[in-house]
Amino acid sequence: MADTPAFRDLVEREFPQGASELNDPVSRRSFLKLMGASLALAGITGCTYMPRERIAPFVNQPLDRVAGVPIYYASSVLLNGYATGVLVRSNDGRPTKIEPNAKHPGSAGGTDLFVQAEILTMYDPDRSTQVLNTGAASTWDAFTAALATAMQGQGASGGAGMRLLTTTITSPTLADQISQLLAKYPQARWYQYDPINRDNAYEGTRLAFDEDVTTRYDYSKAQVVVSLDADFLSPGPGFAAYARAFADGRRLRKDSGEMNRLYVAEASPSGTGATADHRIQMQAGQVAGFAQAIASRLGIPGVAQGAVPDAATRFIDAIVEDLEAHKGSSLVIVGDQQPPVVHALAHAINAELGNVGSTVIYTDPVEARPTNQTNEIASLSNEIEAGAVNLLVIIGGNPAYNAPGDLRFAERMAAKVPLSVHLSLYNDETSSLATWHIPAAHSLESWSDARAYEGTAGIVQPLIVPLFGGKTSHEILAALLGQPTVDPLTIVQGYWQGQLSGDFNAAWQGALSTGLIDGTAAATRTPTLREEGLGGAAPAPGELELVFRPDPSIWDGSYANNGWLMELPRPLTKLVWDNAALMSPRTAIKLLNLPFDANQLVGGTVENEHALEALSEINGKVVRLSYRNGSIDLPLWLLPGHAENSITVNLGYGRSKAGTVGNGVGVNAYAVRTSDAPWFGSLDSVSDTGGTYLLVSTQDHWTMEGRDIYRVGKFEEYKLDPEYITKDVHKEEFGTEHHTYESMQPSLDYTTHHNAWGMTINLSACIGCNACVVACQAENNIPVVGKEQVSVGREMQWLRIDRYFAGEDLDNPDTYLMPMACMQCEKAPCELVCPVAATVHDYEGLNNMVYNRCVGTKYCSNNCPYKVRRFNFLQYTDLSAVTLQLGRNPDVTVRNRGVMEKCTYCVQRISGARIEAKKAAVSAGSDNYTIDDGVIITACEAACPTEAITFGDQNNSASRVASWKSEPHNYSLLADLNTVPRTTYLARIRNPFEALAAHDTVERQEG
Amino acid sequence: MAQAQPIRTKPQPDTGDTYLLPGETYTSISSTIGDVPLTAPLKTPRGWFIGFAVSFALLMVFLVSVSWLLIRGVGIWGINIPVAWGMDIINFVWWIGIGHAGTLISAILLLLNQGWRNSINRFAEAMTLFAVACAGQYPILHLGRPWLFYWLIPYPNTHGLWPNFRSPLDWDVFAVSTYATVSILFWLVGLIPDFATLRDRATNPLVKRVYGLAAMGWRGSARHWHRYEMASLLLAGLSTPLVLSVHSIISLDFAVAQVPGWQVTVFPPYFVAGAVFAGFAMVLLLMIPVRTFYGFQSYVTIRHLDVMAKVMLATGMLVVYGYFMEVFGSLYSSSKYEQYLLFNRVSGPSAWAYYGLLFCNAVAIQPLWFRRVRQNIPALMVISLIISVGMWLERYVIIVLSLQRDYLPSSWDMYIPTVWDWSLYIGTIGLFFSLTFLFIRFLPMINIFEIRMYLHQETERAHRREAAAHGHDHGQAHGSASAD
Repeated sequence: MADTPAFRDLVEREFPQGASELNDPVSRRSFLKLMGASLALAGITGCTYMPRERIAPFVNQPLDRVAGVPIYYASSVLLNGYATGVLVRSNDGRPTKIEPNAKHPGSAGGTDLFVQAEILTMYDPDRSTQVLNTGAASTWDAFTAALATAMQGQGASGGAGMRLLTTTITSPTLADQISQLLAKYPQARWYQYDPINRDNAYEGTRLAFDEDVTTRYDYSKAQVVVSLDADFLSPGPGFAAYARAFADGRRLRKDSGEMNRLYVAEASPSGTGATADHRIQMQAGQVAGFAQAIASRLGIPGVAQGAVPDAATRFIDAIVEDLEAHKGSSLVIVGDQQPPVVHALAHAINAELGNVGSTVIYTDPVEARPTNQTNEIASLSNEIEAGAVNLLVIIGGNPAYNAPGDLRFAERMAAKVPLSVHLSLYNDETSSLATWHIPAAHSLESWSDARAYEGTAGIVQPLIVPLFGGKTSHEILAALLGQPTVDPLTIVQGYWQGQLSGDFNAAWQGALSTGLIDGTAAATRTPTLREEGLGGAAPAPGELELVFRPDPSIWDGSYANNGWLMELPRPLTKLVWDNAALMSPRTAIKLLNLPFDANQLVGGTVENEHALEALSEINGKVVRLSYRNGSIDLPLWLLPGHAENSITVNLGYGRSKAGTVGNGVGVNAYAVRTSDAPWFGSLDSVSDTGGTYLLVSTQDHWTMEGRDIYRVGKFEEYKLDPEYITKDVHKEEFGTEHHTYESMQPSLDYTTHHNAWGMTINLSACIGCNACVVACQAENNIPVVGKEQVSVGREMQWLRIDRYFAGEDLDNPDTYLMPMACMQCEKAPCELVCPVAATVHDYEGLNNMVYNRCVGTKYCSNNCPYKVRRFNFLQYTDLSAVTLQLGRNPDVTVRNRGVMEKCTYCVQRISGARIEAKKAAVSAGSDNYTIDDGVIITACEAACPTEAITFGDQNNSASRVASWKSEPHNYSLLADLNTVPRTTYLARIRNPFEALAAHDTVERQEG
Repeated sequence: MAQAQPIRTKPQPDTGDTYLLPGETYTSISSTIGDVPLTAPLKTPRGWFIGFAVSFALLMVFLVSVSWLLIRGVGIWGINIPVAWGMDIINFVWWIGIGHAGTLISAILLLLNQGWRNSINRFAEAMTLFAVACAGQYPILHLGRPWLFYWLIPYPNTHGLWPNFRSPLDWDVFAVSTYATVSILFWLVGLIPDFATLRDRATNPLVKRVYGLAAMGWRGSARHWHRYEMASLLLAGLSTPLVLSVHSIISLDFAVAQVPGWQVTVFPPYFVAGAVFAGFAMVLLLMIPVRTFYGFQSYVTIRHLDVMAKVMLATGMLVVYGYFMEVFGSLYSSSKYEQYLLFNRVSGPSAWAYYGLLFCNAVAIQPLWFRRVRQNIPALMVISLIISVGMWLERYVIIVLSLQRDYLPSSWDMYIPTVWDWSLYIGTIGLFFSLTFLFIRFLPMINIFEIRMYLHQETERAHRREAAAHGHDHGQAHGSASAD
């Protein structure tokens, strides 16, 4: 019975992990050989018991590979099909960190948070490890055999019963494979569906131009940007590049002559809204009317008239005036959730203003097949219901979970599809309904390609063999085409061999090393505007509306099992581990008939702040939202700045088969989302269920209590006197414009030392996107602690982004975002009080934390005025999951319970650079080493898409950080405590439109 | 040999009344007090068994709490960032404070020649020791890695590292360990003559042997007494600065930091006064039931209680002055953060604690101005209990309310103690009472020889007074009492 297939089957079921070895006689022999070696070595190690491991040295050392020295590979990471170019760090063959690829247009030197978190997804122990056939373990071979039979059947009908469902595809290779498949089976159909799709944008271009074009923007030329519910400063196609170009126009120096200006009209507060110079809150349904009003004021003919909210009317004059003053250097953009007609209007406005060709660029579609994805999933669902589908191949995505609720996709798929296949990273909601589940290879494990937002194709290259034996989408397509054993590298190379001219090998190597294939950017087009497309009326806004938004941390739910993201405080709510019904204080008061006068929030005094604090007690009350014949119960969360009579719910929660992290977290809003209005719609009613639910946020106090924490100024005044913000603060605090803080402690002089590391954080540039926070977590092996631990104030992120609400009206406030990590004080209060000297200064002025010496008195944290220290109250680091161990950064100590930790300025990177510099100096025969500016880039700085964070040597006057620190609006937080922090802030400068600013002043005086 | 006459045998200042009830003799004193430890095991009063059983059960709660703490880590408590110290440090300071009454009574009152202290000093000293034993757990247990507590002690080591002598936590190590050492020495030395008494009175040979060993050969010779008096005096001299230093140094844990509400210069004297205040409350709380139960009313008279109540009132008013200075400091500082601290105390989310402490420590002690209240046993019990709660609240206010809301509002968070916070606290109370019950059962609770001596002094004084009344001079009293 030793090697019969039946026995192998039994073993496969019994010991799925060890099974492959029995199949492989070579492996068994080498195992015995190595066993012999380890027995011999056992004598050397003496009596210490070591767990038995298989080790094998390289016979030939691979080129460029030195143990302990990381290597970077260029690749791409996808979000909704669009690529962000990255450089992946590989430590001894294990990918451990993803950095931006500045050469890649989709990255432009920054990334979003999802890119940063991909490492954890790849090593997620919950990932699927097994091919499943109706839930039972099976094999790839069994699958391909079954598929071959099915395809034979399809061949007869030309694939009439076959449907391919994918997510948004930009991959040229995959598109090519799909077209081969469709050529072979002409009756088959290919559908695409992503719940966060760009249907409206494409429908808008069809309305405006009657053709599919991709619109992209050049923010570097935009002086005035009007965003109509467009959250372009949060992840999406082109995010990193857009954010970089936009922020370039806002990081001011004392001699800056100009600054761009951003108007945002939106319902759900976003990072973009928080960054805006003027934020106009209105229901999502009112944006269309607002756009129509602007368009007709600009003289665009044939525009229908919609209602404009009263509070917004005064902005229209200003926006029109400002746009007209900036013809050719202005930009009107529309959010993907706005109806097509608004997009069409924006195209018309941009054309009218002469922005096309300068700030707005039209190109060939970047997606392989732009389409209305909501219609496609609806058609598919109907076909399934009609029994027309007998083979459904789903590549990626999770339609059983995230299809609009009214399509009843999961139900129909389970009942009516005889043979279905789902390729997925997890055995998720769709996989469990599919006949076959194939574990997918992660993008860090696969060969593939993908396009950036502007069309440039880049190669996705694997850093590691698929950990769990996953397959790529190319392999599934190949199997469908009858080539079940071809490997993905051959497929991708095969495609590009046909595309690239000249020496293929050189071109291929070049593409691998730069991460992109030159000259593949989408060609520009000059579509002609059709006037008739502009007259459409948008659906009238309802009395009360419900807005669906992607979650800022877990997107459409596909990141729900990523602990870094799940525990990442959402930028504006600071909520973790839940979604909520987000609404403004006024709306909550009205809907729940609270005995609270909303005018208590208006006035701009500390009393108003306390009124908001008192009102926020209602957070967590469970309300029932009745929406289109369905209802969901959600805890409410007050979000000052949310449009009145509008409630936002984030998608992506309420997963049942996400994994140990994501299961059962939050409420699934897809259930009530409908295919006719996927983004917002009129809400029937909101009622108080009487229940309460524990919502956990990392920031319980929302205002600044009148303290000098976040400094803001206006560009007009800054131009006259760049020092005016500091002077104003000093005048208020001390009565004089100039003030130096007296200290009783002797000063240490670090200027004579070799390097003095410092950091600046530019508050004008920070958009609160959280990429830095996740980057820090990935780089520094920071554990995830869970909702319950966060609820008692024990989150571990070293870097946090504080959010404060301020201003006259706390129902419609200014929102301030302030990244905070260890300030690396020169006179650190933490160091004085540690009884065992576990936190000490080094010669470069860094405030170091010596984990091995820490006994855990926590006194340092008590004495830290910035409260940036984090304590391992329990054993937070998971020491048992093997895959998670592989993903950790080997250069950073893994901390166990009872130890304090905090931001180190990525001291491992500093040390690495110093060692290299010293080696270089020694080999040049010199004693003096120099570390050039920009050689050390901290993880947060590297990820930041807006260059808000700058790190460097402040002793080097030529360094970026030194030059920023010399700017007059540079300030130290809590400077009067004389901690002399190395991290300083550049005050935020806003650029309000003069007419509106004057209006605000008058209103303030009247108020 | 020319030397100062030991204080203990100096004539008492004539305060008029005596603290002892009439009718006591040397023998009656020895038997009333000395017979308690010598009672045969089976004749132990049932009340003791019940009390000890309850205390021992609580001690088991302590055991469970500590075990779970060591297994899981300090995360079982409610502490967090920003409130990284919670009931661990509150209870540490609370217990240390309670201990202070014992040292004050045994050392300072001895040096000040206050004869009335003789009736209560043994008990108060024992209480000090047990309170320090409870307090001493916390600084170790509150560590993230308690098994490394010895890194706080300066010793030559292979790390080549010393502790950070700038840290008040390191000063605590010296302050508390010195305090514990001196207190235990003082207490044990004071017990030697009484061990001899017990040895002499015991009938069971085994008991005789045990107490005999503890008495270290004490025979009551004049030489013994002389040495003994000198040793007591020296230890009293050593203890006296400790009364002031220990709690001053504990207060520096806070005063050295820069947390609003901690960096207060009045803290050292204010903490010392608070400690004595809490300590006397605890002495009363324990002494009153014991005195009734064992019939010690003739040694711990109503006058003793009256005097202790006066000390409580005086130290309590010092503490109230401290509260006043805190308010003044925060208003006068012109610092937003300090001013906000006051605002947070009076109207923040934990304002109940501040009002509670004002009621307990400032309002509830005011009736003690009246002799009728000071001599009313139920009233004293109630007030002492309120003070104990109040002093706990004081530490809660200082530690938790200050940390809850310091500089950056973004980090503000609440502290909610968990069941393990409370169980460890209750557990230390169990430890305290278990030790107290063992002490009551096996050692003389009241200093036998000092009471006898005091009786002698009082008799002498009565004679003197009588003589003065008769116009005769009977001459100076001399000599000292000796053990029987």
